[in-house]
Amino acid sequence: MTGGNVVVIGNGMVGQRFVDALRARDPQGLWRVTVLAEESRPAYDRVRLSAYFDGADEQDLNLHTAHDGVELRLGEPATGVDRDRRVVTTTTGEHPYDVLVFATGSYPFVPPVPGSDLAGVFVYRTLDDLAAIRRYAKDRRTGAVIGGGLLGLEAANALRLLGLTTSVVEFAPRLMPVQVDTAGGAMLRRYVEDLDVACHLGVATTALRSGADGAVAALELADGAVLDADLVVVAAGIRPRDELARAAGLDIGPRGGVLVDAACRSPDERIYAVGECAAVDGTCYGLVAPGYAMAEVVADRLVGGAATFPGADTATKLKLLGVDVASFGDAHGATPGCLDVTWTDPAARVYAKLVLSDDASTLLGGVLVGDAGAYPTLRASVGGPLPAAPLALLAGDDAVGATAGALPATAQVCSCNAVTRGDIDTAIADGCADVAALKACTRAGTSCGSCVPMLKQLLDAAGVVQSKALCEHFDVSRQELFDIVRVRGIRTFSRLIAEHGRGQGCDICKPVVASILASLGNGHILDGEQASLQDTNDHFLANLQRDGSYSVVPRIPGGEITPEKLIVIGEVARDFNLYTKITGGQRIDLFGARVDQLPQIWRRLVDAGFESGHAYGKALRTVKSCVGSTWCRYGVQDSVGLAVALELRYRGLRAPHKIKSAVSGCARECAEARSKDFGVIATETGWNLYVGGNGGFRPRHADLFATDLSTEALVTLIDRFLMYYIRTADRLQRTAAWIEAMDGGLDHLRAVIVDDSLGLCAELDAAMARHVVSYSDEWRDVLSDADRLRRFTSFVNAPEVPDPSITFVTERGQPVPVGGHASEAQGRQPVALGLPEVRR
Amino acid sequence: MTAATALGWVTVCPLDRLDRDRGVAALVAGVQVAIFRTADGLYAIDNLDPVSGAYVLSRGIVGSRGEVPTVASPLHKQVYDLRTGDCLDLPGVSVARHQIRCHNGMVEVRLRQEG
Repeated sequence: MTGGNVVVIGNGMVGQRFVDALRARDPQGLWRVTVLAEESRPAYDRVRLSAYFDGADEQDLNLHTAHDGVELRLGEPATGVDRDRRVVTTTTGEHPYDVLVFATGSYPFVPPVPGSDLAGVFVYRTLDDLAAIRRYAKDRRTGAVIGGGLLGLEAANALRLLGLTTSVVEFAPRLMPVQVDTAGGAMLRRYVEDLDVACHLGVATTALRSGADGAVAALELADGAVLDADLVVVAAGIRPRDELARAAGLDIGPRGGVLVDAACRSPDERIYAVGECAAVDGTCYGLVAPGYAMAEVVADRLVGGAATFPGADTATKLKLLGVDVASFGDAHGATPGCLDVTWTDPAARVYAKLVLSDDASTLLGGVLVGDAGAYPTLRASVGGPLPAAPLALLAGDDAVGATAGALPATAQVCSCNAVTRGDIDTAIADGCADVAALKACTRAGTSCGSCVPMLKQLLDAAGVVQSKALCEHFDVSRQELFDIVRVRGIRTFSRLIAEHGRGQGCDICKPVVASILASLGNGHILDGEQASLQDTNDHFLANLQRDGSYSVVPRIPGGEITPEKLIVIGEVARDFNLYTKITGGQRIDLFGARVDQLPQIWRRLVDAGFESGHAYGKALRTVKSCVGSTWCRYGVQDSVGLAVALELRYRGLRAPHKIKSAVSGCARECAEARSKDFGVIATETGWNLYVGGNGGFRPRHADLFATDLSTEALVTLIDRFLMYYIRTADRLQRTAAWIEAMDGGLDHLRAVIVDDSLGLCAELDAAMARHVVSYSDEWRDVLSDADRLRRFTSFVNAPEVPDPSITFVTERGQPVPVGGHASEAQGRQPVALGLPEVRR
Repeated sequence: MTAATALGWVTVCPLDRLDRDRGVAALVAGVQVAIFRTADGLYAIDNLDPVSGAYVLSRGIVGSRGEVPTVASPLHKQVYDLRTGDCLDLPGVSVARHQIRCHNGMVEVRLRQEG
C-alpha cells in the first residue's frame, strides 16, 4: 500500500515526529494525513515542560510544523475505532482510514490511596496541568511530590520556584531509582536537600488528608509521619493510553500498550502504534528517543521500506535542580561478571560509575551525578572498547575532547535521533562545515542537544575549520572586523566592504559595522553613508512596533525624575495620543508614534530637558536603582547617586548587544542588580561588582567580579569591562554568553582588566574617556539639522498625509493597535491571563 | 482594484531626494509603494510586509544576496528580491513589484496591474 488516508490519533511529540517523518519521505503527498488531537494546542516539547516555570510559554515549547496535506484537528479526541468500516469516530465526526497510527501516549499513574481525588492534587503532564499548579500555588505554603523519579524531581523544583516549602516522597530507597544506583542516589539527595527540598525515601504514601476547606492539607506516610502539603503533585509513573485499542479488540502487551511487532505494526496490518502507547514486542518505553525511532520506522514502512525498531537506547542526561545527572547502558551492572569503576569526590560533589565487561575491555554503562561532562563520549562508546583509561574518561571535558575523535564509526553520537559517528563523518565529507549544517543534515543535536560539543569535536577531528564568517559578505568575525576598522582607521562601510568583503552587504553586516563605527566615535549615526547601515530602530531613533508605529523612551537616569518632567511626559502622551507604560528599567515607554510625529514629540521632550534613552539601540539602556541610603532605613550607600552617574557616563555607548545595569544600596538587592550585564551592590565599605547577568529566556545571575571597591576603582573596572566587551564580543552576544565563550572565562576577564595581562588597560581607559567627552544627545542633534529631519516623513511625495495604516482602538483607556492580539490574529488559542511572575 | 488612472506613470520626487541604499515610502494612487535606490538603479515594490501585515518594507536594510539586490523586512527580517518582489526566505511569499524610472531627474512610478 503506497498512499491513501492516514489517521494519527494523538499530537504529542512522537505523533508530530511521525507526521514530519512521513512528509519528508513522501514528497509527492501520496498519503493524506489527519491528526486527531485531544489537547487544544498543537504538539509541544513535553521533555522541556518545566521550562514553563522559567518563563517559557507555549510558543517557546511549540514543536508543531504545518505541512501540506496534513489536517490537524485540535481538541477533537478520538472516541472509538471501527476496524470493519475502517473509521475513527471522534467527539464531532468520523474519519476513514487506510492506515491508522496510535500515538496516544500515556497518562500519569495515580496510586489508589484515599484522598487522591481531593482538590489541590495534581499530575504533571500537560501545559494545562502546569498552569493549574501555578494558579493553585498562589497563597499556598507547603507542597509535596509523590514520586522521586525524574518527573517528580522536576515537579519538586517547580513547587520550590513557586515559593512552596517542598517535600518529595519516594517508595524506593533512593531518588531516581531507575536511572541511578545507591551511591549516585545518595549524592543526588545531598544536592536536593541543599535546596531545602525534604526527601522521604523508602516509604509509601498511605493517604491524603483534607483540611477544613475540603482541599488537600497533608500526606500520611506508611512510617506514621504526616507531612503538611497544601498542594500535592503525583508523579508516580505513567501508563500507556491503550483504552481505544482495547475497545477495538487489538492485542495488548503484558504491561499494557498496543502490542506491535518490530515494524511497530499490530496484527491488524493497517494499524500501527508509536511512542509511549506502543508495546513493541511487549515492551513499553517512556522516553522520547525510542518513540522517535518508532515514528521513523512507521513512516519508512508506509513508503514501502522495511525498517525495524532497533531497540531502545534508554540513556538519559538531564539537569535536575541544577544538578547534572546522567545514566546510560547497563547502569545497574546487571550483566553477569561485570566490573564497576567508581569515583566519588564528596568535596566536589561528583559521583561517577563505569560498568565494564568482565575483562574490563568493553564499556557497558554508567552513572554520572554532579558532572556529566563525559556523558556524550561515554554514551557513544557503550558496547565498544574504552576510548581512554577509565579515570581519564571521568576526569572531565579535556579528556573527552581528546577522545571524541577516536570513536568508532558505529558509535551513536546522538541517541535522540539515532545518528552515528559514521553518519556525521559522511555529512562532513558531503560539505557540512559547521554545527548548524550538521544539525540540518543529520538531525543530530536537534533534540536534547547534549551531543553538540561532540559535533564540534568531530568537525575538528575531520580537520574542518569552523567558519567565523559574519555573513556572506565578510569572512571574518565581528571581533576581527572591529580590529580591522580600528587599526586601519576605516570610516565608511563602502571602503570596508570593497577592501575586506564582497557584495552589497545585508541586514546582518550593515548594523554590525554601524555599531563598530559608532563605538569608535564616528559622528552622528545618521550622517552620510552611515544612515543606510542602521537598522530601522536606529534609523528613526525609536522602537519599531508590530503595526509599523514606533515607541519613544526618554532617558530617566537611575529612574529618578522630577514631578515637572513627569508632567511633561504625561502632556506629550496626551497630546500625541500615545499609549504609556512603565518599563522594567524604571522609565516610561510611549507607544504608537508615527515616523512623522517623532520630531514633534522629541522637540517637546528635548525642550523639557529630556534626551534619548537609546531604547532603540544596541547600547546602554538603563542603570536601575533602589532608593538607597537617601531614604531607605537599610541602605548603606547612595545607590541612586551612583546609578545616575553610571548611566550618564555610559549613555549612548554602542555595543554588540544591549547593556543593562543596576545599583542596589544594600545586600537586600532591591534593584535586581545580579540580573544585569553589570550590577553593583553596596557594602558597608564600598561596592561589589557583578558581571554577566541577564534576564530573558535563559535567566542568569551575574558573577561576583570584585569586592569592596571605592567608587573610583569601580568605575575604572566597569570602563574596561565594557570596552573589552565592545571590542571582542560576537554580534548580538550579551555579556553572559561572551564570558562563557571566553577561554578561561571569568578568571581570564579578571586577568585582562584587573591585572592587565594583555597590556590593554591603558587603551581601554582611553577609549572610554573619548566616549565620555564626545557624547552628544542624538535626538537634540537631529532636531537641529534639516538634512537629518527630512527622513522623518510619511510619504516622500505626500508628507502631509499621515500613514493611513496606523489606527488605534481603545483598551483599558488607552490607544492600542487595531487587529487584536497577535496570538488571536494568528488563529491560536488566547493566552492565559497574566498570572504573577514566578521568580527564583 | 487599482483605478485606470493609476496605471500611468506618476511623478514621485526628484532623484536626489533618494539616499543610496535606503528606501522611502510613496503614496501612488492610494497604494503604499516602497522605493529604493541602489548603485544598480531604482526599484519599487509594495510597502506592505505580507508576513506582518504592516506597511514597513521601505524601512528595511538594503543589500545583496549573491547577485540579487535585496531588502530585509525590518520587522522579522525576511529578505525580498528587489527585482521581482519574491521572498528569498519563504517559498511562495512575494510582494507586488512596480515599474520605476528616472525621467528628467524625476523619479516616476507606474503601478503594475494585479496578476
